[in-house]
Amino acid sequence: MPEQIEQEGEEPEEGVQLDMISAGRMDEMTSMEKIHFILDGVRDGKVVILESGLSPDEESKLIEVTMSEISPDGFSGIEIESYPKEKPATGILDRLLGADESKMTVIGPANQIETLHKDSELISAVVSAR
Amino acid sequence: MGIIAEIRTSISETVNSIFADQGTARIGIYGPPNAGKTTLANRIARDWTDEAMGAESQIPHETRRAHRKEDVTIERNGNSVTLDIVDTPGVTTKVDYQEFVDFGMEKDDAVERSREATEGVAEAMHWLKEDIDGVIYVLDSSLDPFTQVNTMLTGIIESRDLPILIIANKVDLDDASPGRIEQAFPQHETVPLSGQEGDNVDELYERIAEKFG
Repeated sequence: MPEQIEQEGEEPEEGVQLDMISAGRMDEMTSMEKIHFILDGVRDGKVVILESGLSPDEESKLIEVTMSEISPDGFSGIEIESYPKEKPATGILDRLLGADESKMTVIGPANQIETLHKDSELISAVVSAR
Repeated sequence: MGIIAEIRTSISETVNSIFADQGTARIGIYGPPNAGKTTLANRIARDWTDEAMGAESQIPHETRRAHRKEDVTIERNGNSVTLDIVDTPGVTTKVDYQEFVDFGMEKDDAVERSREATEGVAEAMHWLKEDIDGVIYVLDSSLDPFTQVNTMLTGIIESRDLPILIIANKVDLDDASPGRIEQAFPQHETVPLSGQEGDNVDELYERIAEKFG
């Protein structure tokens, strides 16, 4: 399991930590490592920004694992945003040809991110400190 | 249509026909909470089997377990299709018991409903991964369809080559905008209707017979 990114120096008393993760860093992880890497960060109140996003299977697993980690008066889930796919893979040939549908994705604690507007080209959100 | 596109279509149709030959197709009714999934499932079940499928409510996550109605035979224009209809819990990425308290529930009941709701979402995802052959995706046409849950779920369904029919539900509401849903998902066929009032359900049954027959 890859280590969480540690903040150098003291934790800020206020504010939100943003972790921007390169596609290369994510490519080194298995699907479940990606899921736990994301959720460990989000549960700590961080906003995780993925350069290349997740595959549909990974998104499905992320929803399932998120549900298993929700607890009353604790973690209430995630807010996640990415752009809609421009050209969805609709058949086996799409996958054989390796259609790259990955999109930059933002994931944060559900109680700290509120999406103001989203369409096919623009995502506008406000992030609040805990 | 180009050669590559023809090959792609041919392969997808072959895969889908293999699925169809394995027995009665299971059609999952999916969508976010409070889109009207159970109301629509009850409409279909009552119209073709005279029995309802589940309880309906304005409080989110009323459906917390998947319910299957077997052997629902829909007849349209001389065609007949027999399906298992699976009404699934609404899919979301967050569940907060406080939402149910805001609807007037006691905290203990709200916490229990929250726990069951999280299990229900996970169960819905599991059905989609293992046991569903096609999807009726239900959206409230009075709400913005550009949400991440809708983007992710339709992407997951597409990645599994499952046939999908989009329902722009609740067109009886004053602020309904089924055209917005058609714009959000131009790659899929959209049927505007009201599961509550029964508006345009005849077109729904025609599309089901075509899409899943």
